[in-house]
Parts: sequence; structure tokens; C-alpha cells
Amino acid sequence: MTADTLLHVEGVWKAFEGHPVLRGLDLEVERHQAVVLIGASGSGKSTVLRCINGLVPVDAGLITLDGEIEVTSLDVDLDVVRRRVGIVFQSYNLFPHMTVLENIALAPRKVLGQSKAQADETAYSLLTRFGLHAKADDYPDRLSGGQAQRVAIVRALAMEPELMLFDEVTSALDPTLVGEVLQVVRDLKLAGLTMVMATHEMHFAREVADTVCFLRDGMVHEQGPPELIFSQPSKPETREFLARILDK
Amino acid sequence: MTTDVQGAPAPGTDIAYVDPTRRALSQKRARKNALSGILSLFAFLFIICFIVSRTPGWATVQETFFNYEEFVKTLPGLLEAFLLNIRIFLIAEPLILILGLAVALARTLKSPIFLPIRVIATLYVDIFRGIPTILVIFLLGFGIPALRLVGVPNDAVFWGTTALVLSYGAYVAEVFRAGIGSVHGSQTMAARSLGLNMWQTNRHVVLPQAIRNVIPPLLNDFISLQKDTALIAVLGPIEVLRQAQIDTSSSFNYTPYVGAALLFILLTIPMTRFADWIQLRTMKQRRIAGTS
Repeated sequence: MTADTLLHVEGVWKAFEGHPVLRGLDLEVERHQAVVLIGASGSGKSTVLRCINGLVPVDAGLITLDGEIEVTSLDVDLDVVRRRVGIVFQSYNLFPHMTVLENIALAPRKVLGQSKAQADETAYSLLTRFGLHAKADDYPDRLSGGQAQRVAIVRALAMEPELMLFDEVTSALDPTLVGEVLQVVRDLKLAGLTMVMATHEMHFAREVADTVCFLRDGMVHEQGPPELIFSQPSKPETREFLARILDK
Repeated sequence: MTTDVQGAPAPGTDIAYVDPTRRALSQKRARKNALSGILSLFAFLFIICFIVSRTPGWATVQETFFNYEEFVKTLPGLLEAFLLNIRIFLIAEPLILILGLAVALARTLKSPIFLPIRVIATLYVDIFRGIPTILVIFLLGFGIPALRLVGVPNDAVFWGTTALVLSYGAYVAEVFRAGIGSVHGSQTMAARSLGLNMWQTNRHVVLPQAIRNVIPPLLNDFISLQKDTALIAVLGPIEVLRQAQIDTSSSFNYTPYVGAALLFILLTIPMTRFADWIQLRTMKQRRIAGTS
């Protein structure tokens, strides 16, 4: 662990109804880094992300944020963790009874205690930044999948998280809409946001990642800079996985 | 059917074009259908009335249940008594909503400190859903005044209304609970991961959606409540059923009961139509949102 470490994951175990999903997983994320998790379905990508913001309690192991908050402690105030860690899900999960603007301004108002004017202004400027200002007063059922997912990202960003988690954010999208969502992630990476991203978009992983982690059997099987992992993976399982997924 | 291909706008024009000949024909067909429906209905009613009025006992039935003079004579009294039913309903309904929501929320509390509240809420629902409403009315309406407690009202309407609130509160609590359960867990997950606590998540994300989902069943319960205000008659206050009973026992004619029934029907029909309309609208909205 160095001074630049924002997220430290050490020996995390998690089983669901007796089926082990994470088996002593280690992960290190430095500030302003983009770490991309790849691996087959069921390799534990989503589960790690959910453990990191405390949505899923771990069975064993240690997760610390910024060297000071022990996420895995039984006494931790998870609301404090979640204020600092944003997450975007595969299925958007926008609140259907609120407009786009209300979706975004809710947490800053209720959690950070911002005034309505202040929260709305932040929301507007974020929407403008990502070309969504025209949708501010629409309800989520009027959005395309790509727009909905971009709004979900903006909603998480409005809390000014130090760390963003992306859980297969393009997997539910029509292929023609994937690009606009990835563009948002690319912008955030360029702006220096620290992120951990589970994805099946290998080309995007190669482009945006500082570190790629190949997950297998609930552990990080191999990790390294993208050019190394994608060109000369050292382990046969990594090679096999990449061959299979890039073939498609 | 002739289709006017010539009159169509250029292909690709950005309008919702319908062939006018086709539109006229289908409108004509719709009018014809409506007319034959109405005609068939009237013919049917006429035949029924004809047969019924030819039955040997009809004169007696008409005299006993549908006596016009008796109806006109008793209606003003019935109407006045019916105001009490409406008053009971209007007081009970908001109290039931508050009680039902509070109990449903109490049952979602997870912290161990709230265990007593959760147990009480569960017991309340189990008990009051199990007892017939009329039994609760007897228990409270006759039982509590018999205790002769100081400072406790002896009013039959008060205890009757309380009994209705307690009985319906248990039902409505279950309706709300089902509504809370109908909101997908991913909504809670999204709200919690934004840092909202349990209470904020309930207040701003789960409840607004839950309440919207249960409006149709709630309206159904309130239609039922409108009718059950008549149960308070057993305690003696002059509401519409009691009034009809009094009128009937003085004339031995049952028309006042039919009059009272008519008043209830007039009250519940708008509510029933409203419930249907809401349900239809909800279904349409869900179809648009693609969630059903």
C-alpha cells in the first residue's frame, strides 16, 4: 500500500448460499487510476464492486478506502462510505417517479444538505456537460437506454465521489448506444476520476485502463497494463479467455 | 373496400397519415355497432320487464318493495340519516390511511430496538384481520361504555367509527405492505448506494412508488368501507339503515330498505368508476414505461 492508494482490497471472501464467489481476492487502486475487471460471467466482477461500497457484506477480508475507512468493519457507517464511492449498475435503476433533474438532485439535497437551487444548478451543469440538458424535465420512461445510463452516471457524479464503480454499464444496451455511454466514462477518466470498471468491452478496456485485472475463480488471476495483458498474457487461462471473447 | 392510393402524401412525409375513405368507413361501422348495441339492450330490457310484470306475484312484490308513495314519504328521512353515514366515512377514511401506512412502515423496521413496535404491528394486523368487523363494533360500542370509565366518550358513533378504523386499518396496512414489496429491490439498492439512509430511501424512493401501485386496491377497500358504515346501525345511532328499519317497522312495507340500498349504490358507483379509470390509467402508464 502506497500513499497514493485510494482503495485497498485484501483477501476478500464471499459466498452466496454456500457457493464461493470471491476466494481471497486482492486489489489495489491508486488515485486517478482506471482499473478494469475482466473475466467470464460469475468470476466475481460484480460482487467485488458491491463489496467495495458495502452493498454486499464480505465473509472475510479487508477493504479500506483512502487508508482511513475500513469498509469491511462491522461498525462502519456505510452511508459515509457510499457518500464517497459512486456506483452505476447495468440496469440504470433510475427512480421512475422523478424527473431526470430530480433523480440527480435527490441525494445531494438529502445526503449532503444542499439547497434545492444549489443541487439543481449542479445537476444542470452536469447534464449540460454530457449533452443531456434537454432531458432535464423528462421522466426516465422517455429516455433511450443510452440516455438513461448516462443520467445514472451523472446521478452518481453529483455526489462528487472519490471513487466510481461501473458494473457492466453497457451490457444492457443496444449495440448502437454503447458508444455514447463509453464516451462519458472516457471523459471522466481524462478528468482524473478514480474508477473500477467491470466490463466485457475489451477494446474500451484496452484504451482506457491503467491496469487490467483478469478475474478467475474468485481471484485476480493475472493483472498488468492493458498492452501486456491483451498482447502477451502470461497465463494460458487469460489467453484462452481473451481468444474466446475477442473472437465474437 | 376501396383504398385511395392516389390521395396519399409523398412517401416519407412526417405526418400520421390515414386514408380518409378508410377512416370514414371505419367510423360508420363504429356508429352502426353502437346503435345495434343500444337497440339490443332496450329490446332485452323490454322483454324482461314484460315477463316480470306478467308474473302472478308481481303486484305484491311491487307493493312491498317498490311502493312509490312509501318511497317519496321516507326518502327525506333516509337522506338525512345517510348524511351520518357519509360523515362517518369521511372521518374514518383518512384515519384508516394514516393508521394503515404507519403499521405497514412499522413492520419494515429492521433495527433490534424496534422489535416491540414490529411485534405490536404484526399482532394488530393478525388480530383485527381475523375478527369480523361487526364483532369489533359490538365489542367497542357496547363493551367500552359499559366500563363507565371517566373521561371516555360513551357515544355510539364514536366507538362505531373507531371499530371501523381499527378493522379497516389492518386491511389497509396489508395493502400498503404489498405495495412496498412491489417496488423492486434494485430501487432500494440504487438509493442506498447514493448515500441515502433507510428512512430517506423509504420516504423519497420506495413509498411514492408503493402508494401509486396500491391506489386501485385502496379504492376498492374504501368502496367496501362506504357500505360497512351501515354496520354501526347495530349500536343504535340513526344512520340510514337504522332509519329504514324504523320506517319499515311502522308501515310493514320494505320500500325504505330499497331506498337505503339505492342511496348506497348512488354513492359507490362513482367511486367504482373512478377506481376502474385509475386502474386503466396505471396499466397504460406501465405499458408506456415498458414495465409490465
